Amino acid sequence: MAAIDYYKILGVSKTASENDIKKAYRKLARKYHPDLNPNDKVSEKKFKEINEANEVLSNPENRKKYDQYGEHWKHAEEYEKAKRQEQYQRSYQGTKGGYSEEDFSDFFENMFGGQSSRGRGRHVKYRGQDFNAELHLSLKDVYTTHKRTLTVNNKNIRITIPAGVENGQTIKIKGHGGKGVNGGPNGDLFIQFSIVNHSKFKRDKDNLHVTVDLDLYKALLGGEITIDTFNGKVKLNIKPETQNGTKVKLKDKGFPKYKKEGQFGDLYVTYQIKLPTKLSNQEKGLIKQLQKLRE
Amino acid sequence: METRDLISIQLLCKRYSIPVSFINTLKEFQLIDIIVEKDDFYIHNSQIKAVEIMMRLHYDLDINFEGIDVIFNLLEKVELLNEDIIELHNRLQRFEVE
Repeated sequence: MAAIDYYKILGVSKTASENDIKKAYRKLARKYHPDLNPNDKVSEKKFKEINEANEVLSNPENRKKYDQYGEHWKHAEEYEKAKRQEQYQRSYQGTKGGYSEEDFSDFFENMFGGQSSRGRGRHVKYRGQDFNAELHLSLKDVYTTHKRTLTVNNKNIRITIPAGVENGQTIKIKGHGGKGVNGGPNGDLFIQFSIVNHSKFKRDKDNLHVTVDLDLYKALLGGEITIDTFNGKVKLNIKPETQNGTKVKLKDKGFPKYKKEGQFGDLYVTYQIKLPTKLSNQEKGLIKQLQKLRE
Repeated sequence: METRDLISIQLLCKRYSIPVSFINTLKEFQLIDIIVEKDDFYIHNSQIKAVEIMMRLHYDLDINFEGIDVIFNLLEKVELLNEDIIELHNRLQRFEVE
């Protein structure tokens, strides 16, 4: 367990007055409060530390215990408890006592109440904390609407992921956040989607972009090619004298539109003309003839 | 707007143990909208989350109403900027070379 220096966390000396501690807490809380730093996990962690430090140091009794046992105060107190228990059992039962890891947290809960500092003493009913979670999916996963079971704080939640959800998009699951304080309603669960694209298609909202190779002769003379779309293959007619970088739009062959069932964006295909390499002498001669014709 | 989406201000203040004057001041600062129906005062439930944040800012952090107003304007801007960043990031992926 890492040593916790509550004075250091609040940036005050060990001789700081109650007022100094209050002022230091307020200043840091204004900086790191989750309401002022939405979706910032670093600030959230820092705020929890500040709150914990304030819980201990703002209460004279708790502060005394902390000062007495130093950084190992939690263990020391438990040790004392266990020692007392052992002595008691030796005296009256002649058996040995013990303590488990769980006792430490129980002790902490008993000592500090195990609840948020918010509203302490005011008995305010607060809505529970909102939870934030990140769900990693592939582009293929979000091509179709599907259901998925998530485990959040040991609870299974089955959610529907609509096709066409965007990278970075957040959805709200009402009432699946933290429990309300003093009988207040539960918070909400916010799930942010992180969509990884391993496909050859580039996505721009509901449109897809892809580059396909085209050989020189088909580009010059025209013809037919078969290309991959996101959900199958299509045949494309190539116009004669197609230029390198030409872009064609395949309507409704893009990505599904979010929450618009049956509607799709477009697929933009860019032709990249591949020039032949390792030319034979005969080929070189023919190309020279062609060059002369064009001059 | 359906009536069930409205929350009585009296009930809200009772539930959160806050004075009605707090809600009135939020209204004066145009931080929330108050709806009057049949001589009773309500707020829309979509504003509850914002009211809770304002309560915490005011009571836990000692921030006055002018400060809350400034914070909410800035938070709105931060949210818009974040949305822009995500959108730009998604569009930029099109040009990433593998």
